Amino acid sequence: MELMQLTAVALGKKLKAREVSVREAVEAAYKQMDSVEEMLHSFVTTDKDAALKRADQVQSLMMEGKLTGPLAGVPVAVKDNICTKGFPTTCSSKILEGFMPPYTAEAVNRLLQAGAVVIGKTNMDEFAMGSTTETSAYGITRNPWNTAHVPGGSSGGSCTAVAAEECSFALGSDTGGSIRQPSSFCGVTGLKPTYGTVSRYGLIAYGSSLDQIGPIAKDVTDCATILDVIAAHDSKDSTSVKREHYDFTSALMDDVEGLRIGIPRDYFIDGLDHEVKRAVLFVAEELRKKGAVVEEFDLSLVEYAIPAYYIIASAEASSNLARFDGVKYGYRAKEYEGLHDMYKKTRSEGFGQEVKRRILLGSFVLSSGYYDAYYIKALKTKALIKQAFDKAFGHYDILLAPAAPTTAPEIGRSLSDPMQMYLGDIYTISANLAGIPGISVPCGTDSKGLPIGVQLLGDCFQEKTIIRAAYAFEQTRGYQRCPLCEKGVSRVEETI
Amino acid sequence: MKKQYETVIGLEVHVELATKTKIFCACSTAFGGAPNTHTCPVCTGMPGSLPVLNKQVVEYAMAVGLATNCKINQYCKFDRKNYFYPDNPQNYQISQLYLPICHDGGIEIETTAGKKWIGIHEIHMEEDAGKLVHDEWEDCSLVDYNRSGVPLIEIVSEPDMRSADEVMAYLDKLRLIIQYLGASDCKLQEGSMRADVNLSVREVGAKEFGTRTEMKNLNSFKAIARAIEGEKARQIELIEEGKRVVQETRRWDDNKEYSYAMRSKEDAKDYRYFPEPDLVPVVISDEWIARIKQNQPELRDEKRLRYQREYQIPEYDINLLTSSKKLADIFEHTIALCHKPKEVSNWLMVETMRLLKEAELEPEDITFSPVHLSKLIGLVDSGSINRTVAKEVFEHIFRKDIDPERYVAEKGLAVVKDEGIIYHTIEEVLKANAQSVKDYYAGKTKAMGFLVGQTMKALKGKADPGMVNTILREMLEKSCQTAE
Repeated sequence: MELMQLTAVALGKKLKAREVSVREAVEAAYKQMDSVEEMLHSFVTTDKDAALKRADQVQSLMMEGKLTGPLAGVPVAVKDNICTKGFPTTCSSKILEGFMPPYTAEAVNRLLQAGAVVIGKTNMDEFAMGSTTETSAYGITRNPWNTAHVPGGSSGGSCTAVAAEECSFALGSDTGGSIRQPSSFCGVTGLKPTYGTVSRYGLIAYGSSLDQIGPIAKDVTDCATILDVIAAHDSKDSTSVKREHYDFTSALMDDVEGLRIGIPRDYFIDGLDHEVKRAVLFVAEELRKKGAVVEEFDLSLVEYAIPAYYIIASAEASSNLARFDGVKYGYRAKEYEGLHDMYKKTRSEGFGQEVKRRILLGSFVLSSGYYDAYYIKALKTKALIKQAFDKAFGHYDILLAPAAPTTAPEIGRSLSDPMQMYLGDIYTISANLAGIPGISVPCGTDSKGLPIGVQLLGDCFQEKTIIRAAYAFEQTRGYQRCPLCEKGVSRVEETI
Repeated sequence: MKKQYETVIGLEVHVELATKTKIFCACSTAFGGAPNTHTCPVCTGMPGSLPVLNKQVVEYAMAVGLATNCKINQYCKFDRKNYFYPDNPQNYQISQLYLPICHDGGIEIETTAGKKWIGIHEIHMEEDAGKLVHDEWEDCSLVDYNRSGVPLIEIVSEPDMRSADEVMAYLDKLRLIIQYLGASDCKLQEGSMRADVNLSVREVGAKEFGTRTEMKNLNSFKAIARAIEGEKARQIELIEEGKRVVQETRRWDDNKEYSYAMRSKEDAKDYRYFPEPDLVPVVISDEWIARIKQNQPELRDEKRLRYQREYQIPEYDINLLTSSKKLADIFEHTIALCHKPKEVSNWLMVETMRLLKEAELEPEDITFSPVHLSKLIGLVDSGSINRTVAKEVFEHIFRKDIDPERYVAEKGLAVVKDEGIIYHTIEEVLKANAQSVKDYYAGKTKAMGFLVGQTMKALKGKADPGMVNTILREMLEKSCQTAE
């Protein structure tokens, strides 16, 4: 039996029942990496020895009855923008090459306390800027459904690691869709919680007011279970919210009777691939059959989300990334004359093109004389978008939409036209601007055999509602493994 | 006739708050740790770290705001000020631009010219930077982040001051208010209070302000006064020569008594301020403001009135004693122990001030305890020691905070009241100074003083001079009779 084929919760049960040891689970993850990593490149850093050592520690704690949770002993992959003491954390950037954080992010700490075993750090778009995992300084990641295609991004490595069964689950981060879009492209389930639900302490900031850590897993049950563990109020993060309940798994019910589902008409227009459209509307039909009330409506302001997002995220990024200057840690240019030359060369050599583009954009919109015209206007737009969602949630419990306008594009097609790439974020970024939760759930494949994801959006703090709907839909179809895993690595190689 | 000019001055005063921990993390603010020992991921700008606001900073800022008649922004926010410099680990400073915590206040100052109101535009909270240390040996610069994240408030005045005198009075008043609140020790030399001076000149009667310059690097009251005079002269000279004053930041060199241009408005930095997304707005309730008001300690003006009422000491004493919170505290604590206001006041005003001046210290640096001062006063009062000895003992109290009772006992400094000893000592003195005795009999009254002095010297100053005088006179007269 293949351990990595199991969901995190199923593996957790076997570990708890001592049918398998933690070491065996971790070794299974590394065995799978050995066979697929060369092809996919999900990971930036792995450390088998450290993971096995940790596995044995967890095992003894489980034996002593000190670790009893559902994730005890389960191998997890962590996106490389989340700090892990003892593992280099690079944000897939040259500027943080070899950087060892002096502390561990709160979300990871909570996983560690629950007994999860970190097996490696996953590849991503540099500083989470990109939608394809092609901007990584450490090489691209390939989609396990078809290695000629991108996995999406920026949490591409986390999504491929889950899809290709190199880990039981993963952590990603979502600033404008970076969990939901690659989950959709890789046929896995990814959830972006309400802003403030998971501590950002230790998440290397891209757009501070939009960033949120979330789970990526094989199914909705895993996502809810992981969220139960990582969601908590954290006094180290001022934007962390004290929520009334953290029992997301209690929403795992196959019951959508009377649930009001809104379909934003403005999401199903030009630019949306017809196969994606059909698959997503099929989900609405399935939920309707289960008793949900489905209606189309006009969300409005959709076209303003992308410019507002790129202004706000880039502005914050231009400041957040200022600390990478060669003074304290990470990369420093080899040759320079004086302080300013050191700054200039370090940052010119250390950052990739997309990161520089956004730093420049962000610095421009914050500069005096342009601040009101761009940044303030973007903030006002953000507030209006939030109002539009508030209005929608006055009528509907959840909104149903695609996670992306197309399935995964081919490698090398996106970066040449950044505007086109930015437009691909149209369905995901509004949730970040409004701070609301969203989940991407696999809902089929297109004619090329690439996965399609449906996105369910809920009002702030209504994760349970989207979890319930996603779970109910999931019951109609079950988990579909990627061909790489289903047929075995060698078979896939033949077909490429 | 020569044109008359008026100087227009506004100040930006930075004050380091007396919190135990930093503004956005739990690191200590204590001075003097080994480099980078009072640091953590937050104050060294580690990736992924986040700031959490120290509540005490808000309370101190509010206290200062209320004591300077400011309005409180009950919804205030932090902003990021972006600039690259290695002492600033994040390459942005968390400060307040758009909604500072306090605004539109002011204080009344008093100079020889009379009383005047100086407006305060705003007070905002921000974090201090680290310190760069140049290593000459290795020819490299190192950075110490111990000061990084130490809380500051910046008090921005209106351009209401017209002379160095007014600036001094304003700074002094501000310093006292803040010290009395316990919000900072306000030491200019150590940098816990720093002032930047914005100065312009205009012809008397002109309605528009002239072009202003900003002067930095002013680390003493005297330097500020000199910088004002120097800059005023420089600007007037430019105008007189038909040139124009350039809006710029200048660095004052107190040794050369001249300021140098650092950067002009044209190449002024664009700080790209924007709201700090890692912190939530600070919402200040009416109750919170009321609580801060209620806990506000007695400030100088109230204290002065109370001293007049309760202690009946001269106004001169009151002004001096209340010129430092520390001095006033010692004064009150000592009185509570010995109930002798004028005595305590004298010790503080005369001996203490003299010793402070000698050691080049400020009243805030006083280390002796009120208990020991009150014991000393007790010793003098009971006649156990005389004033000369008391002054000597006080020096030891001042320097090492010794217990005067024990010290007097150990060193045998108590007043010699034993007539036998005094008699015997005088006999010796008279023997050794036969010439003076002769002089005395010859009518040279000065000789009497000399003999008293010799006796006191022989008794190491411990004798009661009155007793020595009386006994000496008796003895001289007796021996005179014998001689006749």
